[in-house]
Amino acid sequence: MATVRAQNVYKLFGRNTKNAVRDLQNGTARDELRDRGITPAVIDVSFEARPGETFVVMGLSGSGKSTLIRTLNGLLTPTSGSVFVNDEDITRMSAKQIRHMRQNTMSMVFQHFALFPHRTIRQNVAYGLRIRGVPEDTLLDRANESLALVGLAGWENHYPRQLSGGMQQRVGLARALATETDVLLMDEAFSALDPLIRRDMQDQLISLQRELAKTIVFITHDLNEAMRLGDRIAIMRAGEIVQLGTTKEILDAPADSYVAEFVQDVDRSRVLTAGAVAEQAHTVRLDEPPQQALKVMRGNELTEVFVVDFDDRLVGSVAYAEATLAAERDQGQVGASVNRGAPTAQRSTPIVELFEVAADSGAPVAVLDADHRLLGAISRAALLRALGKAHVDATAGGAAKRTGEATDA
Amino acid sequence: MPDIFNAALELPRIPIGQWAEGFVDWLENNLGPLLDFATNATTWAFDELSGLLTWPAPVVVTALCAVLAFVVRGWGFALFTLLGLALVASLGYFEPMMQTTALVLIASLVAIVVAVPIGILAARNRAVSQVVRPVLDLMQTLPPFVYLIPAVILFSIGATPGLLSTVVFALPPAVRLTELGIRQVDPEMVEAGQAFGAPPRQVLTGIQLPLAMPSIMAGVNQVIMLSLSMVVIAGMVGMPGLGQSIYEAVTRNQIGPGAESGLSVVILAIFLDRLTSSFGAGKGLLSRLRKPLSATSR
Repeated sequence: MATVRAQNVYKLFGRNTKNAVRDLQNGTARDELRDRGITPAVIDVSFEARPGETFVVMGLSGSGKSTLIRTLNGLLTPTSGSVFVNDEDITRMSAKQIRHMRQNTMSMVFQHFALFPHRTIRQNVAYGLRIRGVPEDTLLDRANESLALVGLAGWENHYPRQLSGGMQQRVGLARALATETDVLLMDEAFSALDPLIRRDMQDQLISLQRELAKTIVFITHDLNEAMRLGDRIAIMRAGEIVQLGTTKEILDAPADSYVAEFVQDVDRSRVLTAGAVAEQAHTVRLDEPPQQALKVMRGNELTEVFVVDFDDRLVGSVAYAEATLAAERDQGQVGASVNRGAPTAQRSTPIVELFEVAADSGAPVAVLDADHRLLGAISRAALLRALGKAHVDATAGGAAKRTGEATDA
Repeated sequence: MPDIFNAALELPRIPIGQWAEGFVDWLENNLGPLLDFATNATTWAFDELSGLLTWPAPVVVTALCAVLAFVVRGWGFALFTLLGLALVASLGYFEPMMQTTALVLIASLVAIVVAVPIGILAARNRAVSQVVRPVLDLMQTLPPFVYLIPAVILFSIGATPGLLSTVVFALPPAVRLTELGIRQVDPEMVEAGQAFGAPPRQVLTGIQLPLAMPSIMAGVNQVIMLSLSMVVIAGMVGMPGLGQSIYEAVTRNQIGPGAESGLSVVILAIFLDRLTSSFGAGKGLLSRLRKPLSATSR
């Protein structure tokens, strides 16, 4: 799997930009450079998109995010600094090497789709493979597979203008996926779509990403979108990254008033995921005695506790009353009195979907990974705390760390 | 005193005229074989093409043109072609019209072969564009008679000097519209090609040229129209065809033949214009046929 790493990237437009970079590093004000006819679009940007991660760069128009993404695949050459793709510095590559890298490692999805109007949908999707020199029949099969992946089977012989905007962008996505590159660059890919279609596309991308685990660098001006999609988010302003962190980190501790202003408009219940707000779950193992469960509950002022098996997989929960009863009967193992109907959520479930569950049963919601392992729990209190603005407590660090680990996997 | 005053005011004369004469002399003396080759090649091409166009009976050519008109555009245009060309044939101007057609086609072909690559270069390179632009302005604004004179000296009377002047006069829009067409291609499309690792040549042939095609075809149409507008001037230096008929009518004050041959030029102009403007616009049977074909075959 691939990593994309930007290291002290500067991109300035105008004359004599190399000197201007030095001036910027020595503290010359940006406005002064503007007066000299130099536009600094990207200033000293460093980040790393890790394998399998969706890394979102968020910023308003003019913040330099589109320039930045174009330095990542060499469409623009940084004025100073380096871009590493799989630890190879693309700023030192020849034109031919860069083409080779683009053909095999990176593909891109564009804001206005950039489908070729004179080619059929299938030919559009096959474009990257054709450039790479893949034989004709393989290439058409792969294009069909890729179209099926985005739900557009049957549209192969149509032309782009015959499709709606949302469908066109799915073709754009299929074209990028067909090349099976590890890295996907998405430049405001959903910004030109209307809100409902945009949501659909986001959902589709999330589910595709769960399957494909590409390294995605996603550019957007919409913080809600950034937080729905991104494992980590870099917020850009005037060419610089002002904050880089997970959704929860940015929501909890905006780096400055600029970020705070954005965060105000974010619907926290939709962008925060169960994994991000989960707190440490208190558990007992299946084979432990009921007395142990009682001890855990008393010690943490709980009315129930989760029961897990030997691999940390969730079995269910046991309530205080049942545990007491079992202890009185002197049952050897707590497993006998487990209630298997404990409410659960996936790590990526937005917390808005947990409200009803939490309201119906007083029990905390168990957060599970794909293998049914218990990652943490969300109590009603935790749910409310996540919605509150300035939420800093002892468990937040732990939970954030947990999501950090989870997204790295 | 006034003499000295006048002498001081008088600007030195720059002998541009002499230079031009010297240059044409030099061409004549040094590029003789090349000029002969050009004369022979154009004469041969003209003879062959006009021979081909006038070989069948006018009725047959008219019918073929009507079929072509139907395929490209439809019933209305086919009907116009049939009636128009039949009218010209009945007036007795069919052979000169076919000669004119041959010359227009050859001149346009030469102009396009020269212009499109220049237009491509100009679109890709600012320096080329900045050099080419004033040259094109010059070619379009210089009165054609000015280069007709040396053309006659170099190539003598006949089809060649007329053809050459026509090429000079008709070429600029093809360069401009090719450059414009390529520059107008959505930059995101070009980026898309590059982002998938396409080398510059594939970006040009696979994306830029196809997307610039309507503009390039508009240029082709312009070239053909401008070539037609040169027929009378070219006819003055002995280029055969309708131009010569009109020129003769003018010099002999013959109103009747002038009106008839002029009408023939108009009919030919409309025919060629409608025919070539269809290519870029994507209407007509041709493009309707082409689409499903390319969809299934690719």
